[in-house]
Amino acid sequence: MDILVCIKRVPMVGGRISLTPDGRGVDTEMLGFTMSPHEECAVEAAVRLVERDGGSVTALTLGPPEATDQLRDAIAVGANAAILLKTDGREWGPTATAAAITAVAEQHQAQTGRPYDLLLFGNEAADTGDYQVAVRVAHLLGHPCATGIKQLEVDVHGVHARREYRGVTELFELPLPAVLSVKEGINLPRYPSLPGRMRAKKAQIDEVDPEWQGDGLKLDGLRVPISERRQAAILGHGVEAVPALVDLLERLGVLS
Amino acid sequence: MSVVCFVEQDAEGVIVDSSLRAVTFARMLSDQSGEEIVAVALSARARGSGGAGPGSLDGAGRNPAEGSLSEGVGQQGHEVLGAYGVGDVCLLVLPRTVGYAPRALATGLAQLAGAARASAVIAASTDHGNEVMAHLAALSHLPMVANCSEARRVGPTTLQLSRQRWGGSLIEDSVLEAAVALLTVATDEVAPVLAPAASEPAARTFTPELAETDIAVRAIESRDATSGVSLANAKVVVSGGRGIGGAEGFAAVEQLAGLLGGAVGVSRAVTSLGWRPHSEQVGQTGTRVSPDLYIACGISGAIQHLAGCQSAKVMVAINTDPQAPIMGRADYAVIGDVNAILPALVDALSQRSR
Repeated sequence: MDILVCIKRVPMVGGRISLTPDGRGVDTEMLGFTMSPHEECAVEAAVRLVERDGGSVTALTLGPPEATDQLRDAIAVGANAAILLKTDGREWGPTATAAAITAVAEQHQAQTGRPYDLLLFGNEAADTGDYQVAVRVAHLLGHPCATGIKQLEVDVHGVHARREYRGVTELFELPLPAVLSVKEGINLPRYPSLPGRMRAKKAQIDEVDPEWQGDGLKLDGLRVPISERRQAAILGHGVEAVPALVDLLERLGVLS
Repeated sequence: MSVVCFVEQDAEGVIVDSSLRAVTFARMLSDQSGEEIVAVALSARARGSGGAGPGSLDGAGRNPAEGSLSEGVGQQGHEVLGAYGVGDVCLLVLPRTVGYAPRALATGLAQLAGAARASAVIAASTDHGNEVMAHLAALSHLPMVANCSEARRVGPTTLQLSRQRWGGSLIEDSVLEAAVALLTVATDEVAPVLAPAASEPAARTFTPELAETDIAVRAIESRDATSGVSLANAKVVVSGGRGIGGAEGFAAVEQLAGLLGGAVGVSRAVTSLGWRPHSEQVGQTGTRVSPDLYIACGISGAIQHLAGCQSAKVMVAINTDPQAPIMGRADYAVIGDVNAILPALVDALSQRSR
């Protein structure tokens, strides 16, 4: 089985987000980068399927040249190949991103005579949270798709994918080839092994230069929401604060 | 012209809170333009009451009751939608065996939006809302903007939008250029507000023309016998973070949650370390909670975690670090080691209840 897993490079933000002076981006000067959390799980899911049944995992990202770091992270945990859709640092919208990914999948089919059996995505990117790239790719390729998947089985008949929604388990049965987006919790991603890291370091990364397209949505600027920043009232230090905590819980009416 | 709003119902057919927020958001546009809000709901069968069988268009034989008001949002739902300013309630009738089929819904919405000359189609930013809207966007070759909190029309095909990034830790201001605006609504940002004057919405049904591909992917549903307090709806959540130190430390977290009739939550660090299951994770990539009381134990307060709990009414933090980001969000704090404080608190509460 040949799997294409699509990931996105995002900054590792911690306690608060700082913006660039022009207010159009996150100030990443002091930040490291990672792949979006749901996508770490998509990579893990892809690697597990191929470890069991054979085949290949190709990791793909659309991003600046530095996004090769995240492709190498995917290789370090078991992906076999990687493709960078290189951008000039401009942000790409979901429609254009989906078109560029679709072009890669179509080219793969033209070259090998077979489509990717499975295209895996994260349910939504940590930063922009657009919730649509996977679905758009599925429509462009004419594949069935399901999103937000938390449990996945694949056999010769196709994909059995489950998720929870409002206390109901929803099972989707899809023939292959298929497109799925997964959510964190579907698995616990592994840490890279030392041989994995070595392999990642040397791995060749294929590059494609897609052309930027507008998406109908034009960014004016970003801002940090005005939250009611409180300063917590200190009830005390250590176990000596326990009586004050009990009083508080009583006042809040949560003690039966 | 109209603003179409997809509304969801729970298992009992009650319109869910997030959809009332979506309708409130739709009024931002309709109030400005004078357009009518068309609420689109699903017939009972399409909501999953009989969705487990194999679906086929051939088996679509509809009985007369199907598509009636009682099978839609009900009299009560009708009145609620009227109170929120909906002018027209439209029941989407799908073949009886289909159940939740996102592409079929999107196709239905596309046809309905065309017939109603919609300037916008809106849904709550839920798993179903986002999924259906993404299909609608792909089918209609239109942009879709997720997690919107504000919208203002500035031109015939131009909207000024605010939307969430990073689970609400950042707001994006954008201009959307689209013949029909496809938006999902950040429901933790938009409160449900009744319309100044209630309307008496018209009721009708709409049976879309579907192809086999529209119904090929559909949910086979099964209801779980969920035990205990559900994290998403808990009135009290006691959450543990990396500061708990290990899986065994969660005994005290569980005990405290039990004494308060609440649920256990955890930070992402805890699930990544394998100490607790992901189903307990609170945050941007876990469950979003809005309890009356949130007790954060040994949690530093990364924005991804706060994205999942910032709507808690009262937040208490227990942490060794008085400079941790959580202190800027918590109402009350105890400075110190959770592994000493939690057992002492559990003891004090247990003795008190004796």
